[in-house]
Amino acid sequence: MKIVVPAKLIPDLVDELAIDATGTALDSTWLRLIINEFDDHAIEQAIILKERSGCQVTIVSPNVEGVDDMLFATAAKGADKLIKVNGNFEAGVNNHALARGLVPLIQELQPDLILTGVQAHNDMDGSLGALLAEYLHMPYVGYISSVSATSNQVTALKEYPGGLMAEIEIALPAVLGIQAAEQPPRYVAISKVRQMMKTVAIDEYEIPVFDIHGGATVSRMFQPESAEKATMFSGDIDETSNKLIDVFKEIGVL
Amino acid sequence: MVMSAISHKPSFSETFLSSLYQVENGERFRNCLQCGSCSGVCPFGYLMDYPPGRMIAGLRADEFDLVLETDTVWMCVSCYACAQICPSKIPVTTGLMTRTKEELLLAGNVPSELQSALENSQRYGNPMGESPRKRADWTSGIQPQITILGRDRQPVDVLWFVGDYPSYHPRVQSVTKALAKILNALGINFGILGPEENSDGDTQRLAGEHGLFEMLAEKNGRVFSKYQFNMIITSDPHAYNAIKNEYPAMGISYPVQHYTQFLAERIEQLKPFLKNEINATVTYHDPCYLGRVNNVFQEPRLLLESLPGIKLIEMPHNRTTSLCCGGGGGGMWLDGFQWEKAHVRLSEWRVREALTMGANILAVACPYEPPRFEDAIKTIKEASSLSVKDIAELISDAL
Repeated sequence: MKIVVPAKLIPDLVDELAIDATGTALDSTWLRLIINEFDDHAIEQAIILKERSGCQVTIVSPNVEGVDDMLFATAAKGADKLIKVNGNFEAGVNNHALARGLVPLIQELQPDLILTGVQAHNDMDGSLGALLAEYLHMPYVGYISSVSATSNQVTALKEYPGGLMAEIEIALPAVLGIQAAEQPPRYVAISKVRQMMKTVAIDEYEIPVFDIHGGATVSRMFQPESAEKATMFSGDIDETSNKLIDVFKEIGVL
Repeated sequence: MVMSAISHKPSFSETFLSSLYQVENGERFRNCLQCGSCSGVCPFGYLMDYPPGRMIAGLRADEFDLVLETDTVWMCVSCYACAQICPSKIPVTTGLMTRTKEELLLAGNVPSELQSALENSQRYGNPMGESPRKRADWTSGIQPQITILGRDRQPVDVLWFVGDYPSYHPRVQSVTKALAKILNALGINFGILGPEENSDGDTQRLAGEHGLFEMLAEKNGRVFSKYQFNMIITSDPHAYNAIKNEYPAMGISYPVQHYTQFLAERIEQLKPFLKNEINATVTYHDPCYLGRVNNVFQEPRLLLESLPGIKLIEMPHNRTTSLCCGGGGGGMWLDGFQWEKAHVRLSEWRVREALTMGANILAVACPYEPPRFEDAIKTIKEASSLSVKDIAELISDAL
């Protein structure tokens, strides 16, 4: 079985995000990128399937800063083939555009199964998995937390709100949006990643024309604005404690 | 009749043992008497499936794979007590325990708390996952302004390697600010690396992640080579240990002192500034990587004895027999794992000892310790009279 995992690097929230001069996009000067956590789970699920039944796993990711390190780490986990996707990403990468750009590559790879993160925090135009399925004319099931595979179908657990789970059989080829792998993404020792850097090659694929239509149009981007602020008590411990007690009495919890 | 040697594929135990021989003084693993001292002195040896002595027995019995089926080596806090007590001076901590953790880590058997600390160290250069850009935020408002070498582009006498917890941990930042105040009072021409500083990597190394240690050391080495300074001082005994004992093998070699050594050398210069009396009974906790590992016992005591009003007393476990706070060897990032196994905290043991001796202040000199001991104090009812102060804070209070 062949599995393809499209994975994205997205803004890392470790630093405060800034908005650029246009007021419609993030300022990329200091922006760090990190693998989308759900994609990390999709990669883990693919590696689990490989360990269980010997699949071939290909990781595909747009060529942005940090992509090589991310891909080498997936090789250290067990991915067989790494492909970085080049294109004119200057005007941003929306999921409609990315999905369309990936279609010829994925058709060439002829996967039985496509696993990708069910969502990313910067998805503004729907999730990548559903769009890929649409353009590839394949079935899509999202919010998956476990996958087992036979040669022509998979059985997947889909999560619903309220703790409900459904076991779904899906004919292949198919696209699954992964909510969580069966186990948390594994750790790989740095020495293994460094070894991959020396021994593994990353293939490249060029999206000839990166067509961005279909994505959301951002008219204004802004920091969250506070509507109502907390009341801060000042004074010594006794004073502030008494004020707090008064408030508790007022709202009826004391 | 001549018998030819039968060749065989070496077993895992044999391969592992020969890797131990490569460690400094590793040939001493041949000299193990099986006296059991290492297992007995280990603070968590009593609950390990294979404490150090049994691990060596397992190696000799060609059954080391059984050791790797258990996870209790993650209870090892790399406190060096086993290596210290060993009559054959076998490098138990740096060899056996660290190499075993490395094997588990390579096999992907890592407790999840530790995994995130290692991933953060790799990604952000600190185990807490803080932004590298905020590494020097603690300096804000300090006067005179602290020199950041990458920003101010001027040579300094002393490069202060601040470290992870001193840079980011809110409790330990007050120790860092205290040390800055002392260095300024003494008129030391010093600077820091700020956002360019990475974790020293020593605790990651002792948690079995040697590749990560090398990566962090290389990054620090490259930054050191960009700037002009005469020596390095550290807030952190682990950073001191790494730069003194581990970095030189990677071609990164600089004179380095822990801040207690640096200040003890300048005690006569410091004394006139020590004016405020601190009326307290103080006991000093020797950090493993300052004391037992690097034999720095006198300098911290000299500094404490110089403080007006202080009565310095010793706990039963002092100097080479000091107890570990529980933070070393990855213990700092395994609190949940270790609590599940042990239902005790090493830091509580130490706090109880300080209380028994009648101390009001538990003095420390390692950034892992203020938060660990203060958390322990919160869990012990009768401990509220005890406060934890880094030596730098006590000196700063006396200024």
